Amino acid sequence: MKSIGQSQDEYYRGVRTVPYDLVKEVVLAIAGVGVLTLLATLVFSSPNVPPVTIAAWAVADPADFVTTATDELAGTTTSAGYGNPYNTSGPGQKWGPIAPQQWFGTRIPIDSANTFVIQPLQRASYSNTELGAAINTWESAKADQQTTWLDSYAKALPKATVTDGKVSVAAGEYGPLPLMMSDLLGVAQSGGLDGLLAVNGRFYQTDYTQALLFMGDGTYLSGLAQQANLTGSQWGMMNETGSYPGQTWLWLYTMWYQLPPFTSQTGFLGFNSSNADLGIIILMTLLTAALALVPLIPVLRDIPRWVPIHRLIWRDYYAGKRTIG
Amino acid sequence: MDADKPVMVPPVAAKPASWTLRVRQAIDRGLPMDHLLPDRQPYYVGSWVYVFGVITIAALGWVLVSGVVLSFMGPQWWHASSLGRFFNSLHFWSVQLFFIFMVLHLWGQYFMAGWRHGRAATWMIGVVIFGVSILTAFTGYLSQQNFDAQYIAINAKDAMNGAGIGAFFNVLNFGQMYGLHIMLLPVGVTFLVVVHVVMVRMRGVVKPIDAEGSVQA
Repeated sequence: MKSIGQSQDEYYRGVRTVPYDLVKEVVLAIAGVGVLTLLATLVFSSPNVPPVTIAAWAVADPADFVTTATDELAGTTTSAGYGNPYNTSGPGQKWGPIAPQQWFGTRIPIDSANTFVIQPLQRASYSNTELGAAINTWESAKADQQTTWLDSYAKALPKATVTDGKVSVAAGEYGPLPLMMSDLLGVAQSGGLDGLLAVNGRFYQTDYTQALLFMGDGTYLSGLAQQANLTGSQWGMMNETGSYPGQTWLWLYTMWYQLPPFTSQTGFLGFNSSNADLGIIILMTLLTAALALVPLIPVLRDIPRWVPIHRLIWRDYYAGKRTIG
Repeated sequence: MDADKPVMVPPVAAKPASWTLRVRQAIDRGLPMDHLLPDRQPYYVGSWVYVFGVITIAALGWVLVSGVVLSFMGPQWWHASSLGRFFNSLHFWSVQLFFIFMVLHLWGQYFMAGWRHGRAATWMIGVVIFGVSILTAFTGYLSQQNFDAQYIAINAKDAMNGAGIGAFFNVLNFGQMYGLHIMLLPVGVTFLVVVHVVMVRMRGVVKPIDAEGSVQA
């Protein structure tokens, strides 16, 4: 059968046609979908659980806040060891020679200790000489001294007590850390750190990279996400808060995160849990390309002929053919 | 035959010099108005499966209308006003319906092998629309400015960074996500949908799969 280049009139020659009102169909569709949308809107409204601020985190879980800030200073958080595009501390994900995380370098520089702790404290120490002295002590100390203080303080924090929003640890050799962390906590609880992490030297800002990375390093936000079924292991990318539908169309993408080799440490063909993001993006890119190229792929393009769903769709046509036959 | 009578040679249709006229003639040939707005269709176009395409476009219309109102009033509006929340809900649910109808349309066209007889490009553009729509919705979920948006951003950054995309497409940057969501991506989806519909109207709907028919492109 001639097809490509064939005019529509030639293509339909001999085919019986019936009256059809396209404009009426479009208008009715707009009205019908509008009514459905309006009904859902009036009955269900839409999700709007307020965002978590750093202030809310520091008030609700001061110990987690101080532990996270200490870990940022020690360089042991996820952000601190992330690798590109934030820093060069981590190798990033790769599959054999394919390492796109490294290809574009450090385009969004984040030095966790400075960005999340030292710089905010320096700004906050403008009229606080005691804090200024503590920062000076910290910065003038040798690296191994800083490490000793950090190790001692990090070991003491799991047994810290919280009284009136203040975090206290057992007496020990922590250098200026207790004062620095106490002041950072105070700034955070007042809402100041939300602003300080957004400071970019200009008046306007719309970039929340620093604040989100810092909150993501703690356990408070991920705990709330766990309760709301939003984490990756809970099919979180296709969920929403409450009972609202999320991005349900991401079900296939999300599904791979629940299955080996992407959940396995040993993996398969070089894919495992450490490079799951890269592996799943590659897999989904291939699957999407396959979907687009279905008309050219044998078997995939033949399935519609083998599965008689088309006989349901065009049942009048096939009923007519049987009658004629 | 009268030998003295001059022979009438039919005029050869020469290409007009005017570029405008050439474009108009090409449009007339490719997509005459009775194909763009047909008042008759083959009798097998009575199936409900054909409705999925038009209701997808209708849902897209409501997505765009509610989205234009939300973007005009600004990203803070729907958090502080009941009218804003109402339009946000319209936007949210029209997006849900848009995806439901689009997926139904996609599966319907798959089982009808809608790419046959020179329609492969129409299918491929449809898949691209699906992909760009997912990206548009993704930036929309990131632009909600609520707890869900925060955690989606924190989760999704690893996928973007792992694939190298995060160096240019920073899901933690609200301004970048919001700008893409309200301008470039919806313009892209709308443009592709127009191209998709024009291609459908140029060729018409595909014939049913016959015993002698092929499902190849």
